[in-house]
Amino acid sequence: MSTSTEFCLEWEPINKDEWRGVWVFTEIFDNEISEASLQLLNPGRMIADKIGTELVSIMIGDKVQKHLLEPIYYGADKVIYVEDERLAVYTPEVYGETLLALIRKYKPEIVLAAGTLRGREMIPYVANSLRAGITADCTDFDVDVKTRDLIMIRPPFGATLLAYIRAPERRPQMSTVRPNVFKLPKRDESRKGEIIREYVDIPKPRIELVHSEYIKTEEIPIEKAEIIVSGGRGLGSAEGFKLLEKLANLIEGVVAGSRKAVDAGWIPHERQVGQTGKSVKASLYIAVGISGAAQHLFGIREAVTVVAINIDPDAPIFENADYGIVGDYKVIIPALIEEIERRKNVKKTDNKQSLQR
Amino acid sequence: MHIIVCMKVTPKTEQVKLDPVTKTIIREGVENEINPADKNALEAALQLKDKHGCKVTVIGMGPPIWEPYMKLAVAMGADNAILLSDRAFAGADTLATSKVLATAIRKIGDYHMIFCGEESSDAGTGHVPPSIAEFLGIPQITFVNMVEIIDGRVRARRILEGGYEIVEANPPVLLSIEYGCNTPRFPDFRRKRYVDREFKLTIWGLKDLDLKEEEVGLKGSKSIVEELREMKLGERAREKITGTEDEIAEKILKLIQPYIKK
Repeated sequence: MSTSTEFCLEWEPINKDEWRGVWVFTEIFDNEISEASLQLLNPGRMIADKIGTELVSIMIGDKVQKHLLEPIYYGADKVIYVEDERLAVYTPEVYGETLLALIRKYKPEIVLAAGTLRGREMIPYVANSLRAGITADCTDFDVDVKTRDLIMIRPPFGATLLAYIRAPERRPQMSTVRPNVFKLPKRDESRKGEIIREYVDIPKPRIELVHSEYIKTEEIPIEKAEIIVSGGRGLGSAEGFKLLEKLANLIEGVVAGSRKAVDAGWIPHERQVGQTGKSVKASLYIAVGISGAAQHLFGIREAVTVVAINIDPDAPIFENADYGIVGDYKVIIPALIEEIERRKNVKKTDNKQSLQR
Repeated sequence: MHIIVCMKVTPKTEQVKLDPVTKTIIREGVENEINPADKNALEAALQLKDKHGCKVTVIGMGPPIWEPYMKLAVAMGADNAILLSDRAFAGADTLATSKVLATAIRKIGDYHMIFCGEESSDAGTGHVPPSIAEFLGIPQITFVNMVEIIDGRVRARRILEGGYEIVEANPPVLLSIEYGCNTPRFPDFRRKRYVDREFKLTIWGLKDLDLKEEEVGLKGSKSIVEELREMKLGERAREKITGTEDEIAEKILKLIQPYIKK
């Protein structure tokens, strides 16, 4: 039952001079502006300034009005938005085609988007449709001022190297960036900018959305967590994670894991920290039984304080931790839990006493 | 129903290295495996086969050394496997890769669902599944961790940030399957014997797919790796904490206290 759609032919060579401006696709998810998208205004601003062009935020949705000024406050020169009730339900094709219509009209030279789950499905769709060069998971950007080629920098495949990638033939140059790779720019409510409403033909969804519902889970996603207790192969078993969970609950943190822990089936992929998982920006990251492979260290480079517990004194994690403890987590974590519980009880008794007084 | 599973063979994550000269992944002398997420995609397809009697075809674009892995998929339960192999396919970015896979899928023709792993363990872009869907002009549901067929419709649970979404769609549809969402089965002994004695792996090259050299491989790629540089991670304090476990616990607590609310 294959479709009869013909392949798009390779496009005619494009005139690169017709393509100007740096765009950041600003995602609205669950009625909130995605912080990951706002973070991209940071490199976006740098690139736009270097090649002397404007930084534009693109917003698509059924209710975007209340968010329109935010990108300006965070550094955009302009916001172009499409608001339409047919955009109430997201599908990659409908959102992708809407963005495509805008790109075809305005011809931006660069389009950046957050590598959220939605970004990672609709942005390659858009790039493919334009036969544009696209990269994933960039960690830094530069721009060749002469050719206006975007230099997309990303660590390739678990190595401690950075690949410098260009897409010189085509425009726009597209890139997805995972959340928390860039810091949020400073918010400045005195910034002014232009806001343009666009009307485009919104296609019917290809997917017959017979039923769609968003069910929120209570757990805090690791990319947003302030305190993370993370486990690796050194835990030895799924049981070890129960201990980490107990500790995490006591200190209002969440549990995460390394690729090895995911491979072993001890923790789901969505809680994996690292290059093929998520980057975290926790204030406190406690790594337990994690050896510290390059791909993991990459995911914690924005964590403020890293505490590592590992039985192997030569584990590379110690070179990349603020505090290192060589020892058996099965002894140290229970001791830590006991100490926290003891103090909490002391506090409770204190409170009782003060109430009695 | 006919399910086509797109499969990649990847070097084991910890052994991945890059050739500093050619700027491509070194595939020689490294232990390979079926890309873990693709194995989950295959398992998801095979579970539907067990339940509904679907036909499962596995395709992959890669060098002849992938043959045993394609056969492994058949031993696990796939009905057929096709290796898309041609020197011209080498060095492809996500766009050129999707083009070859999509062309092969169109050549196979009679399909209802395409299953892909959410991403590969080496490149990890996750960009190939949406690109294939775009090439084929069919809908996509990505990051799926549960799939059922109900009255000829596909019902899938896809993960979202902080939750999930239940989506139902009519075939043909492409699904990308979340890594680790199921436990892939081991090859079946009898099927293994069938693979060893009877099964013939189909191999399609550039000409079989009616593609031109400029459309595929490095030539058909729009993004180009131009150089590699050393990556530097920020320095950390590297203080050692020592003592008895109680002393250590107390020291850690002192350290983490400021981060804990209340």
